[in-house]
Amino acid sequence: MAGPLLQLSHVHASYGPVHALRGVNVTVNEGEIVTLIGANGAGKSTLLMTICGNPKPTQGQILFQDKSLVGIPPHLIATQGIAQVPEGRRIFPRMTVLENLQLGATLADPAHFAEDLATCYGLFPILEKRQAQRAGTLSGGEQQMLAISRALMSRPRMLLLDEPSLGLAPLIIRQIFQVIEQLNRERGMTILLVEQNAYHALKLAHRAYVLASGEVVLTGSGRELLANEQVRAAYLEGGAH
Amino acid sequence: MAAPIPSPTGPAMPFVHRLREAVIAGLVAMALAVPFLGLRTVNLDQGLVVQANLAYVPLAGAVVFLGRLILGLLAAPLAKAAAPLATWRPPAGAQRLRPWGGPLLVLAAAALPFLPFANRYVIDLGTTALIYILLATGLNITVGLAGLLDLGFAAFYAIGAYTCALTTTQLHWGFWPALAAGGLASSLFAVLLSLPILRLRGDYLAIVTLGFGEITRIVILNWQGLTGGPNGVSGIARPTLFSLTFDRRAPAGGHTFSEVTGIAYAPEHRLIFLYLIILALTALAAYTVARLRRLPIGRAWEALREDEIACRSLGINPTMVKVSAYATGALMGGLAGCFFAARQGFVSPESFGFMESATILAIVVLGGMGSQAGVIIAALFIVVLPELARGFADYRMLAFGLAMILIMIWKPGGLLSGRLPTIRLSNAKPKPVAEAA
Ligand SMILES: Nc1ncnc2c1ncn2[C@@H]1O[C@H](COP(=O)(O)OP(=O)(O)OP(=O)(O)O)[C@@H](O)[C@H]1O
Ligand SMILES: [Mg+2]
Repeated sequence: MAGPLLQLSHVHASYGPVHALRGVNVTVNEGEIVTLIGANGAGKSTLLMTICGNPKPTQGQILFQDKSLVGIPPHLIATQGIAQVPEGRRIFPRMTVLENLQLGATLADPAHFAEDLATCYGLFPILEKRQAQRAGTLSGGEQQMLAISRALMSRPRMLLLDEPSLGLAPLIIRQIFQVIEQLNRERGMTILLVEQNAYHALKLAHRAYVLASGEVVLTGSGRELLANEQVRAAYLEGGAH
Repeated sequence: MAAPIPSPTGPAMPFVHRLREAVIAGLVAMALAVPFLGLRTVNLDQGLVVQANLAYVPLAGAVVFLGRLILGLLAAPLAKAAAPLATWRPPAGAQRLRPWGGPLLVLAAAALPFLPFANRYVIDLGTTALIYILLATGLNITVGLAGLLDLGFAAFYAIGAYTCALTTTQLHWGFWPALAAGGLASSLFAVLLSLPILRLRGDYLAIVTLGFGEITRIVILNWQGLTGGPNGVSGIARPTLFSLTFDRRAPAGGHTFSEVTGIAYAPEHRLIFLYLIILALTALAAYTVARLRRLPIGRAWEALREDEIACRSLGINPTMVKVSAYATGALMGGLAGCFFAARQGFVSPESFGFMESATILAIVVLGGMGSQAGVIIAALFIVVLPELARGFADYRMLAFGLAMILIMIWKPGGLLSGRLPTIRLSNAKPKPVAEAA
């Protein structure tokens, strides 16, 4: 393959009068973890949602495996090999853990189901214990694990994660980040990670983008940004966690 | 689901508050009583005259005050008494019997017409109950599983009934092809209707479906040439058993059931036969829904109810899911309509008004949104209870309404609100997880 796995060039997106993305350029290469940090309302979630076709970009190009994603209806984006763990998890609360995972495998070959299920239970053993439980009754951390597992069930080439650490205790955050790292290291999963938790995200990521008011204001390797004065001042006040 | 709303009649309220509440209720009642009870129009020689009779006003206030006070005081003990009812779960052993529940119920229902007490009236009531179960099973797919509120379901019922009526009377089809046509026509209509309303949710969807229900009825009422308008259609074909009729005398070139089997003719046979085929079809519908819930399509219905954005991110096409939910639900509504037409031998637009949609929806909601067993219990309740209360004549709808309110107080999630997982796990104990009640 010639180009990067995912490439956004000059992408604009709006919600009615709100111009949420203003010409964003982001590249994600095969096998990378790329993180996107920025203040509340910077447009991070919008960026992930735009990749998934809702809202549609008003300008610019989105290429995935050299194929344009612009104009593909949202439910067909997943068929391209992109799995999204949306902001706020969005598990199916009244359905059981196992049913949630089955729904995650909607696009996958049923022959893989048992194997993929075992993989998810291997990553998050607690889910196996909870598999007959209604997903809405899981703890926040367990729900996040379920949301990630559900996305993995479709065997994606790329995972989009929107604030997986949201509202979780430090211990659980560490576990989630370990799994993200493990997915990348052992299985070469390409990951685009949106995070408020800039310290963890930058430590983990190969490369990072800082988004402000719908624009990329800074980019570099995770390590560089971690050392950057501006980033430290804006997103890492209080130093290391 | 919504968290339980702290009830104003909750147990923790001190007496003074209850008193104040009752006083307020009484005052409101008095204010309302002035126009409703205090002023009457009387037809005298000079024409309509308004007469003031304000004696009713304090009376209404007093009645409401006392009623509110008593209700408030009784609420706590009542809720306490009903608490075990609300949290009741079948014993652990009963889980193993579950797969047998359906077949046993069908067998018991099939035996009903042959029991000693089963007269025409009982069989007829059973048939009505089954028609409602079939209707509610269909609506349960759209409302209970896919979460798409539909206030105009009677439209599909009507289309099924009229298709059956018109194909048998105008085209001289037999009952069975007409049944298939009724189901299909209804389903097709649902597909067409669902296309413009795909983007709507919640309140807006409810209003639009309400409109569709009424439009359908009004079109039927006014399309005199085709539907006979308010006069309806009569002479609808009765079901036959392998082309045997259940009439006293065979039609030209045909045979009757009693001729061929040698069983003496009885007018009940036709009723029993109709009852049994509705039973078979309803059982088949319930079984199909149970199967569908375990297939990707059924799971997608439920997932759509839970979260449309998540569905899209998993590659589920919400359009297809919605259309299929409407179409499958309407198919069952259409079949029920055919049975209704065949049983009455006559259809008219009156039978398909908003009350009909509301009744079917009440069955689904009362049954606990999505629960098949709940639908059956609620349908029996709604059909049979008013019949039992026939002796009370005018008060019967009042008693019925009261019973509905009580159920909703005790079981706000419906009679059977626990959603059964679609997958059984051999190692884990599956427990039906009830809504926080
Ligand atoms: N559905 C929507 N309709 C209208 N405006 C929206 C919508 N979603 C987001 N916005 C607006 O777009 C801008 C970017 O929002 P976005 O959710 O992408 O921010 P974010 O970077 O993810 O923030 P956070 O870290 O708080 O999640 C905000 O100004 C927000 O108000
Ligand atoms: Mg966000």
